[in-house]
Amino acid sequence: MGKRSKVIEKEEVVVRFSGDSGDGMQLTGTLFSYTSAIFGNDISTFPDYPSEIRAPQGTISGVSGFQIHFGHSEVFTPGDYCDVLVAMNPAALKANAKWMKPGGTIILDVDSCDEKNLKKAGYETNDPIIEGKLGDYHIVKAPITTLTKESLKDMGLDNKSILRSKNMYALGLVYWLFDRPLTHTQDYIKKKFAKNPLVVEANLKVLDDGYNYGGIIQAMTPSYHIHPADIKKGKYRNLSGNVAVAWGFLAAAEKSKLKLFLGSYPITPATEILQELSARKDLGVKVFQAEDEIAGICTAIGASFTGNLAITTTSGPGLALKGEAIGLAIIAELPLVVVNVQRGGPSTGLPTKTEQSDLMQALYGRNGESPAIVIAASSPTNCFDYAFYAAKIAVEHMTPVILLTDGFLANGTQPWRLPNLEEWPDIEVPYADENDEDWHPYKRDAVKLARYWATPGTKGMNHRIGGLEKDEHTGAVSHDALNHQNMVELREEKIKRVAKFVPELEVIGEEDADILVVGWGGTFGHLYTAVDELDHEGHKFALAHFNYINPLPVNTYDVLKKYKKIVVCELNLGQFANYLLMNFPDLEYLRFNKVQGQPFTVVELKEHFKSLLEE
Amino acid sequence: MSEQCQLKYTDFKSDQSVKWCPGCGDHAVLNSVQKAMANLGYSKEEVAVISGIGCSSRFPYYMDTYGFHTIHGRGSAIASGVKVANPDLKVWQITGDGDALAIGGNHFIHTIRRNIDLNVILFNNQIYGLTKGQYSPTSKRGFISKTSPFGTVEAPFRPGELCIGARGQFFARCIDKDLKHSVKMMEEAAGHEGTSIVEVLQNCVIYNDKTHNAITDKAHSADRTIKLEHGEPMLYGKDQNKGLLLDGLNVKTVTIGENGVTLDDILVHDAHCEDITLHLKLADMEYPDYPVALGVIRSVKGPVYDQCVERQLEEVQEISKIKSFNDLIHSGDVWDVE
Repeated sequence: MGKRSKVIEKEEVVVRFSGDSGDGMQLTGTLFSYTSAIFGNDISTFPDYPSEIRAPQGTISGVSGFQIHFGHSEVFTPGDYCDVLVAMNPAALKANAKWMKPGGTIILDVDSCDEKNLKKAGYETNDPIIEGKLGDYHIVKAPITTLTKESLKDMGLDNKSILRSKNMYALGLVYWLFDRPLTHTQDYIKKKFAKNPLVVEANLKVLDDGYNYGGIIQAMTPSYHIHPADIKKGKYRNLSGNVAVAWGFLAAAEKSKLKLFLGSYPITPATEILQELSARKDLGVKVFQAEDEIAGICTAIGASFTGNLAITTTSGPGLALKGEAIGLAIIAELPLVVVNVQRGGPSTGLPTKTEQSDLMQALYGRNGESPAIVIAASSPTNCFDYAFYAAKIAVEHMTPVILLTDGFLANGTQPWRLPNLEEWPDIEVPYADENDEDWHPYKRDAVKLARYWATPGTKGMNHRIGGLEKDEHTGAVSHDALNHQNMVELREEKIKRVAKFVPELEVIGEEDADILVVGWGGTFGHLYTAVDELDHEGHKFALAHFNYINPLPVNTYDVLKKYKKIVVCELNLGQFANYLLMNFPDLEYLRFNKVQGQPFTVVELKEHFKSLLEE
Repeated sequence: MSEQCQLKYTDFKSDQSVKWCPGCGDHAVLNSVQKAMANLGYSKEEVAVISGIGCSSRFPYYMDTYGFHTIHGRGSAIASGVKVANPDLKVWQITGDGDALAIGGNHFIHTIRRNIDLNVILFNNQIYGLTKGQYSPTSKRGFISKTSPFGTVEAPFRPGELCIGARGQFFARCIDKDLKHSVKMMEEAAGHEGTSIVEVLQNCVIYNDKTHNAITDKAHSADRTIKLEHGEPMLYGKDQNKGLLLDGLNVKTVTIGENGVTLDDILVHDAHCEDITLHLKLADMEYPDYPVALGVIRSVKGPVYDQCVERQLEEVQEISKIKSFNDLIHSGDVWDVE
């Protein structure tokens, strides 16, 4: 590696790979993020892809992107604006140019800028740089297609396979830009295409040539230097929110010694949880890919009845279909975790985009008085934690738990420090005592009010449960008026008591803050970064971020009432703010809402928070 | 499993009083199932009876076994979960023509397609009873009911055709009040590995009384139904002198001794035949054109879903290096931060 002509030292950098949805941008981004993580940077990633598998080539609607934020210190979001954009065609440039930081670097495959593609992307002239007013950026006009063809001309590959390797050329070039080793990606290529030595050879060569091209053009191109972050010692791996959810359940199954059962139906953006657990037959997981969302939850309820740790996974429209069955699990008092990876709604809405608009549905979207525990994860890796706790609470309290994540958490990745399960709390299964002569199916624990669990196959405990109201003493069907009132109140109280078993709400930031920022679920990274940056700039902000929604932490009111101004930020039209207002009507809540299918940006949050100081 | 504790059929009765209307066909089916379970030597704890919603779906409450009265139409999905989660259980699903074929139609066909080892007892009374008398998906075209005061304008499902069309491997039919034959059908269904559907022609004494009478009435039953038995010639009639034979691609009713027909011409029932053609024709026979087929119409062997799931788990566990959660998280791309 020769001496570099211009090196930009940075604390953190955001890179976005962008191209046609068939250009392999997701893989390119993933490989780059792995290399950065192994190098020792803290990272956060987010893919942004269209819901069509192959949208029309060359158009803006077909642009697929993958963004990586990595740095010398901790990073909590995939970043708002890019330092480096790799645009494989004019549409990618057009779609992403507005997300560039001033002075950033744009690598453009100039070979793709022919008249046809420029027109498809909506450019009117043949110079997208001038037309897009991008003169202030470092533009690397790289003829990536030509160079890839040149690189592979003697390999005997067909044209299609050659063009498919373009992404590796671009990746090589970006590795040069950040002075990163190629080893991890080389290993990946060797393993992935092991059966096809020619493809291995071709990809390795293109990757290498892309890297060397950086050296050739270095006079025109700055390179970046980002030091490793100071991260807690341990073993790490990259983990996405969806895989984290799946693994949280595996951990809970092992801790509780229950068999894990998933009943589910594929739905974006929740499908990866189903896929991940389908692959875990080695750990004894039974996965039932059902004929629809309803059968997904119903098979899980059947499995729960037999004594399994039962899960169903879905996204918004699927939760709507599962509503009646959740009510059954509530009245039958069976443990169940329902994962809702939220996406843009209503109806089919924006299937691949993120939103937090299913909160009210999770809390109230059922017939009758049917309280459910609602928990929300707030980072890709803590999806593991909250899946574990959702399972623990469901089993220990014998009732359904709805776990909310979202498209942003589900597809985002972060490095995850491998946990030692021995340090995690036990899960105590409230089995019915086989020697209890006084046992009946609705006999319950006095503290938690959880019904004891007698599972089919156990001698002497055969019993019937169901969706009809039950006598509070015997568990037999009862239409008695007062009994119904008692049972409705009992089920409500049972959920309320869960508050005693969940952690108190913590406040991050300045004790005597002028404004308390309130959030829940997947917005944590952006809210935290905004508050942290404002505090470093000398302002006084604090953040209260909720993971336990129903029941709320016991100290919620005491925390909220301390602050003069509360601003509730969420990716919907104010559902959590309304929920807080309903619970604590004497407090005032400002709202900051966004429903664009995209996460907040730190920039817009900071601007808004600062404007609140002036009011 | 339980030879040492052979239970009587009354042992399967729960302490709940049975609340079906006096004279309802459901009482007889309950008895048939309990008798079959006693004959099969079941223990109480190994049985799970799962139902959806409807008159017949109250069934689990009357069984002193494990039971789950669930939600409308979803019985087979819940029963599927029960059986897959614990294949050691004997899982019986109780359902009706509305529960299984209207709101639960999707689950019904997919359960059959998967061939999960469930015994499904389908009470077909061609009416919605619990909601007090609306037509059902098996009500005959033109049927007058509260929601079809001028007659229905839709074709009914034939449960046997639907079952076989969904690649069903076991289909039997019986009449509620014919206890002896019903018990036998329950036992046959229980003995079959995979999804078995038993359609019970059941009478709703209040809203659709005598709906099956044309064929179940004692005076005519022998001439208007045919009890199929595997390996036996397809004979029926009071004198057992009528039979079925194949005329081209059609089944034809004949009388032995007439037009030169002899016993040798009569079809012999092969319930184990993989090909569905004749089974479908038998299942679809309707009075007055044909006698209605009773008995085990189809019973063929095939891969059973819950058994396949267990086998696949064992196979993967045998070869996988991942034996625990800890193995899993340490597999693949892991790096050290020092």
